[in-house]
Amino acid sequence: MQFQFENILDFIQMSGHGPYVWASYVLTFAVIGILIYIPYKLKRQIVAQLRRKQKLENSDY
Amino acid sequence: MYQLNWQWFHRLGSPRWFYEKTSRWSPWIGAIALLTIVIGVVWGLGFAPTDSKQGNSYRVIFIHVPAAFLALAGYYVMAIAGAVGLIWRMKLSFMVMKSAAPIGAVLTFVTLVTGAIWGKPTWGTWWVWDARITSMLILFFLYLGVIALQGAYQSRDLSNKSSAILSLVGMINIPIIYKSVDWWFTLHQPATLKLMGPSSIDPSMAYPLLIMIFGFYCLYAWLLMAWTRLEILNQEQKANWVKELLLEGRIKSDLKNA
Repeated sequence: MQFQFENILDFIQMSGHGPYVWASYVLTFAVIGILIYIPYKLKRQIVAQLRRKQKLENSDY
Repeated sequence: MYQLNWQWFHRLGSPRWFYEKTSRWSPWIGAIALLTIVIGVVWGLGFAPTDSKQGNSYRVIFIHVPAAFLALAGYYVMAIAGAVGLIWRMKLSFMVMKSAAPIGAVLTFVTLVTGAIWGKPTWGTWWVWDARITSMLILFFLYLGVIALQGAYQSRDLSNKSSAILSLVGMINIPIIYKSVDWWFTLHQPATLKLMGPSSIDPSMAYPLLIMIFGFYCLYAWLLMAWTRLEILNQEQKANWVKELLLEGRIKSDLKNA
């Protein structure tokens, strides 16, 4: 097994197909990144909300 | 004596049990997903040989095929979870169904877009209305339909039931997607990997592809757990175990300050 390209520029250009290949990979990992980020962000929101509620309950009496 | 032990089944349906188990599993599955996908991407982009007919454009396959695999497998997950929810009225099962919809929609979107990007240098066009691509587009709309139905009713029960029925009816599309490249004349190439008989791909390209498919399966499992866990927290906010779990940090720091 060996690296298929002459140099880094060749790797980026991929004899003209570079833009298509790189666009596919970048787009895919960008949208998967969003899928990872959403539950992380929403969990923080739920925790913050619960904490606010608890504060209210504690200060009630 | 004749009573079957169904305890495991009921435990499986408990959101709390699921949450606690997946707390332990998901970091491992996430790590395996990350590792295999990094290996697969480096191998596929840099080290797999250039295709004799398609040149370097074929390197999109290492994204396109795994995403398509999981777009389809994810639909099974969603429909089966919906069916289990309908039959046994299992709350957790509906949560899994709801979580599978956005993940499946994104993977179908990735399949369609990377397919279009691959099509341009290979077929000379971004899009054709052929059977494979059109049935994939219908899959995308089915996922969007389930997401929309989840927000369409005031009653969660009604949303869940209608989403489950839509998922099950949409199952008819799945064999059509699989068979579309054989049944109709199409620009889309036939299946690269075959369960039975020899594959039409050289091992030097098949290994990174198989690694990527495995990585995407792990990624899918990790994502489904993350989204289902969030759904559990969201729906069980009032449960004591959720409060204890999420406010643990606060309680500890309160004790320290006291």
